[in-house]
Amino acid sequence: MIYLDNAATTMSKPKCVADAVIEAMGALGNEGRGAHEAALNASRVIFEARRRLAQLFHGENPRQIVFTANATESLNIAIKGILKKGDHVITTVSEHNSVLRPLYEMEAKGVELTIIPCDRKGRVRVRDFEGAVRGNTRAIVCTHGSNLTGNLMDLKAVGEIARRRKVLFCVDASQTAGVFPIDVQDMGIDILCFTGHKSLLGPQGTGGMYVREQVAVEPLKTGGSGIFTYERNHPGVMPTALEAGTLNGHGIAGLGAAVSYIQETGMDVIRRRELGLMRRFYDRVKGLPGLKVYGDFDTGERCPIVTVNLKDYDSSWVSDRLFADYGIATRPGAHCAPLLHQALGTVNQGAVRFSFSYSNREDEADRAAEAVKEILEEEESSLA
Amino acid sequence: MRKKERKLIITFSTTVDAMAAEAACREHGGAGRLIPVPRAISAGCGLAWCGEIRQREVLLEMIRSAGILEEAVQELEI
Repeated sequence: MIYLDNAATTMSKPKCVADAVIEAMGALGNEGRGAHEAALNASRVIFEARRRLAQLFHGENPRQIVFTANATESLNIAIKGILKKGDHVITTVSEHNSVLRPLYEMEAKGVELTIIPCDRKGRVRVRDFEGAVRGNTRAIVCTHGSNLTGNLMDLKAVGEIARRRKVLFCVDASQTAGVFPIDVQDMGIDILCFTGHKSLLGPQGTGGMYVREQVAVEPLKTGGSGIFTYERNHPGVMPTALEAGTLNGHGIAGLGAAVSYIQETGMDVIRRRELGLMRRFYDRVKGLPGLKVYGDFDTGERCPIVTVNLKDYDSSWVSDRLFADYGIATRPGAHCAPLLHQALGTVNQGAVRFSFSYSNREDEADRAAEAVKEILEEEESSLA
Repeated sequence: MRKKERKLIITFSTTVDAMAAEAACREHGGAGRLIPVPRAISAGCGLAWCGEIRQREVLLEMIRSAGILEEAVQELEI
């Protein structure tokens, strides 16, 4: 199989990640729930992962890194934990449902919502954020990289607006964490939500968030914490404040190993490779008669994603052809980004997404491009 | 029964702080180890650093240099 669905999840993880998970499954007790060696092992492994993630995102310290099950959980914690009735929040049409649905929920509870539109290439203008800020604006919530078009948001520019206008800046880094440099302090990010299983190369069921010191987020869950047992209320100290219940220590062991792998390999090396594969594929398919490509390819700064449609063919049919006849795994249909599909006019057709990872090879990108060409030509000739 | 000794007990408000303290002490050669917080002490986190009393200042310097603020420092026979 040629796996080009890495924006959904990276399938091929570094060996050190699998090794770390397997080792953890025979060696970890419960983090923070005892002082015997097994419990301490869990605490050490989880602390090391926190430390590495804080380093990766340039957070103030490991206490500000919270572990969750995925970016969706992180975004739910963030959105529901900072907004209250009467607040105003700004987001964009590029968002995934993991941002939009919690925001719609909050809208139903009295939060005012502004959604910034995009142009025909799916680009959102930074200056539109400035114009959308009101007196009661509490936060800007936006994605770093669109999972549909691969377009990137200029986080530093938006962060500067947020800082100047004194609103919280919450970022969904699901598509970018681990492959694009994110400096939460330099970019003015107050809350960064990430998943572990995509470009961070960790196991599924891992994710987390960075929360700036002094930013108060109400917890989504309360319960066991391992600390302050006799307090009626869940502890307010970070990261425990947002981590009720036993953590996914085994998965976090893998995530920590994955971050080490990225740091040792070099994020720049990984990104250059992924973008090189994306560009290689794009250059071979762009201009093919009947092919429509979505997103902005005028810039080199974008996610390693190429989303296309072939003529008016159902994207599910195309994706199935690619897998059944060529062994190429892609993602068709709707991509959990409803507003962007509407803006791009792909609600009915969906779109076929090719997404690349460090583990892909040049010949796989070439084979995928050749398959697209063949399907286009074959269907053309069958109609002739 | 093991003879009790008077020890330095440093407590923390979170597990993260306790682990960071352990890492700092290990890195700089601070003697001691993490133990469950003795019942005689009230602390937020269930882990405490147990060290020698004569090393009180050295250990606290190592811990504070790592950006960790201990919850309390006590001497206790354990």
